[in-house]
Amino acid sequence: MQPIEMSAVDLVAALRQGDITAVQCTTAFLDRIEATNGTINAFLAVDRDGALTRAADIDARRKAGKPLGALAGLPVALKDVLCTTDMPTTCASKMLQGFRPPYDADVVARLRNADAVFVGKTNMDEFAMGGSNENSAFGPVRNPWDLSRAPGGSSGGSAACVAGDMAPVAIGSDTGGSIRQPAGLCGITGLKPTYGRVSRRGLVAFASSLDQIGPMARSAADCALIMETIAGHDPGDSTSLAVDVPRYTDLLDKPLAGVRIGRVPEHYAEGLDPEVAKGVDEAFAVLKAAGATVHDVKLPHAKYGIPTYYLIAPCEASSNLARYDGAHYGHRAEPGKGHRAEPSQQADGFESPLVEMYCRSRAEGFGPEVKRRIMLGTYALSAGYYDAYYAKALRVRRLIRQDYLDAFQSVDLIGGPVSATPAFKLGEKTDDPLAMYLVDLYTVGTNLAGVGGISFPCGFTKSGLPIGFQLQAPPLAEPLLLQAADRFQRLTDWHRRRPKTTGEVKA
Amino acid sequence: MSNSAPYTTIIGLEVHVQLMTRTKLFCGCSTKFGGAPNTQVCPTCLGLPGSLPVMNRQAFDLALRAALALECTIAPFTKWDRKNYFYPDLPKGYQISQFDLPFSSDGTLEVVDPKGAFEPRRVGIIRVHLEEDAGKSMHDEAAGTGDTRIDLNRAGTPLCEIVTQPDLRSPQEARAWLNELKLLLVYLGVSDCNMQEGSLRVDANVNLHIPQPDGRIAKTPIVEIKNMNSFRSVERALVYEAARQWEDWQATKAEMGKTPKQTRGWDDPAGITRAQRHKEESSDYRYFPEPDLVPVTVTAEQIASIRNGMGEPPVSLRKTLASKWTISPYDADVLVNQGRELVDYFEDLATRVGEGKVASNWMQQDVLRILNETNGTVAAFPIRPAGLADLIGRVMKGDFDTSRGREIFAEMVTSGRPVDEVVASMGISAVSDDDVIALCRELLAANPKIVADVKSGKEQAAAGLIGQAKKKNPNVNPGKVRATCIDLIRGMD
Repeated sequence: MQPIEMSAVDLVAALRQGDITAVQCTTAFLDRIEATNGTINAFLAVDRDGALTRAADIDARRKAGKPLGALAGLPVALKDVLCTTDMPTTCASKMLQGFRPPYDADVVARLRNADAVFVGKTNMDEFAMGGSNENSAFGPVRNPWDLSRAPGGSSGGSAACVAGDMAPVAIGSDTGGSIRQPAGLCGITGLKPTYGRVSRRGLVAFASSLDQIGPMARSAADCALIMETIAGHDPGDSTSLAVDVPRYTDLLDKPLAGVRIGRVPEHYAEGLDPEVAKGVDEAFAVLKAAGATVHDVKLPHAKYGIPTYYLIAPCEASSNLARYDGAHYGHRAEPGKGHRAEPSQQADGFESPLVEMYCRSRAEGFGPEVKRRIMLGTYALSAGYYDAYYAKALRVRRLIRQDYLDAFQSVDLIGGPVSATPAFKLGEKTDDPLAMYLVDLYTVGTNLAGVGGISFPCGFTKSGLPIGFQLQAPPLAEPLLLQAADRFQRLTDWHRRRPKTTGEVKA
Repeated sequence: MSNSAPYTTIIGLEVHVQLMTRTKLFCGCSTKFGGAPNTQVCPTCLGLPGSLPVMNRQAFDLALRAALALECTIAPFTKWDRKNYFYPDLPKGYQISQFDLPFSSDGTLEVVDPKGAFEPRRVGIIRVHLEEDAGKSMHDEAAGTGDTRIDLNRAGTPLCEIVTQPDLRSPQEARAWLNELKLLLVYLGVSDCNMQEGSLRVDANVNLHIPQPDGRIAKTPIVEIKNMNSFRSVERALVYEAARQWEDWQATKAEMGKTPKQTRGWDDPAGITRAQRHKEESSDYRYFPEPDLVPVTVTAEQIASIRNGMGEPPVSLRKTLASKWTISPYDADVLVNQGRELVDYFEDLATRVGEGKVASNWMQQDVLRILNETNGTVAAFPIRPAGLADLIGRVMKGDFDTSRGREIFAEMVTSGRPVDEVVASMGISAVSDDDVIALCRELLAANPKIVADVKSGKEQAAAGLIGQAKKKNPNVNPGKVRATCIDLIRGMD
């Protein structure tokens, strides 16, 4: 089996046993990236030299019998929203083009300590705002299953690079579905952990109270492996949970017998693609066959999820993105014609050269969706509107969280579709922001409630597009999420299918 | 304001003090003043993408100490908010502050003038909250380019904001109250309150209440005064502003509420306030809860522990000193206002001398005089309490008179040597009782007229002997000479 076809778990084992060297493994993925990234556009930066140097160092240390980290030699792709000292961090924005952070994100440091090999930074919707990856300032990502379609977003590059065998594992971030939805549309497995399970330090903030980092890989078992490295308390993130990290990989073998899975009838409302509905039903059947029981549950406030999310996230974003003002780093507009020292001499009504610099830098540096959300959030936080919008959204958010906690009194997991349709055509929704916002319909609740969710493939449409299934769990129940998804993947082979362009992985 | 002024001046203050923590409020960078620009910074205080704040508990505890000393109510639950505005010395584009749930509120601090220049004034504290400081902008006017340079060393330094009720009634009171606040905060070890280094900054809100013939009180528009860099400037600016508002009122009859609150900057060299641009006053800060920090809870145990470690605040220390050492409230005030170290020195001295009043007099007339002249601190004062007590004891015993004692004191300050060595070096030796008696006999023999006058009841005539005694032996104690001579004359018959 070629390295690019192997799972992360198998690669780590093969590397440990010496069946393959880190350099061989890394080279295989780098070559794959070189061959296909021109088409897929999953990577914004590829660090061939850095990756090979690091792989060679790991091989040398292994040869010398020195201790190595848990992921020694495993290639990993990082969403370009994670700060890295050895590669630029752009958030797919012109605003941060060429920006090189002076520090590593906590997850990056953990992966480095585990001797993972970073192959590159993946494309995304600008500042993680979007559900199709079409908001990247550096061009959209193409879905490896159908190059005319979007991979989903915002972690579209991370999803596509795993689906396209360009990396066995990618790290994504999920604010309203940005790991799970692209995982669903690209036929891979993506875990959005409980809020606070993975440190956000060094994750460029979009909406701080919703953002969470998680693994994207070919299987739940691979996600479990990565979680053991990236999860854990970070004193540098005040919202990080001081809770021990379980051995997720050891907990996968537990049978699913007696696990109660909730099914939300409202998920089957108008708008759910019939082929997706069928795939979801079949997934429930598989889980039942594995010993789980299925029960209808209610999430009464779920219908307010999208409006609530699209108030809270933009409000926080409007503040989080204020730092990109051209003064200290990032894009700064060229000064206007001539030097205007007096306010009266300002062109276009700018009250000072400073304000002109701010306005023009931000106008040039941000794309339209980022501007739209900054304006939405700025408006909603303004005097006179705060109570009607932001404060009310916070109250609804509490109700949504309570819905989940109530539902988890009677079930252990909640299952359902991850998105209403399979991958849509590039350009199909770009003129209709509201339609684009609805792609997060089934995923935003998880973030608003601060709980965990996982998405994995549960079938394909007649035209060959992957269908995603989502499971959500109570706070810190990642072991159960991974166990259920892994059990499903032991009984099905949807996750082993590869896009036609790359051939199918042989089991 | 004199009592004859046809208006009352209404003043409220907003004070920002930097807390004396080693590190910043939300990161581990040093708060030390005076470092080379942008050398005490990290991703968090630079506001770099992905950076996160972590609260410095020591800063919170110091702020709690200040609030407790100001008799504030401490909230059991408090949170952080973001105050959003754009400025180059605010690298995140927002300041982490506290908006609707400050950690403390509703306190008070009284100021009393021991000489009674104004009535004791109890000033309400609306709230005390904690926030991070911004960096510093240095506008490079001289270069002619209009460039601004930014130093972010200060960004993130913990700052306590103390907002008073509009309870002050004169510029003089405002200044005295600020002195009292500063004294308290320095006593508590909360802040060094150094205005030159920006660790204490004051803005003042002021307007006039003007009784009208119909009995109504007309209120002039409130003006916020900024850019005052000493307490003296605060007083001057308020005096100026009250007069300006009075003139303005007479010309326009403009009342509060009809015009927006105005901000004026104090121009110290010119001695006037100037209107600042309107734009700077009309900000909407779009406060919302800071999602990167968790709320803070404060327990009764934590409050008790901070109270225990707080030390005695100046207001009660003045009373303690006055009653413990039987000194006047005025004396206690003078001593306490010099700071904790001087009070400790005084108490050490008073204990050794055994007489509070005597120790207090020496402190005020001698020690403080030297400290003022040399701009020195009591910690660096060359005579320690034991040495000074030695000198005072010998003066009290009559070894030297007070003026001779002062000469010895001055020499001790200059040389840093103890009493005995100074006395020896100055050729001063204590005069024994026998020597005094011998000297007095000699004087009486040489001055029969004085002896006769004293005998006839004019004891004051003995004063004539003292100058002669000093000439014969400069070390004699004049009081002792006088008493001895009178005794000898009475014994003559």
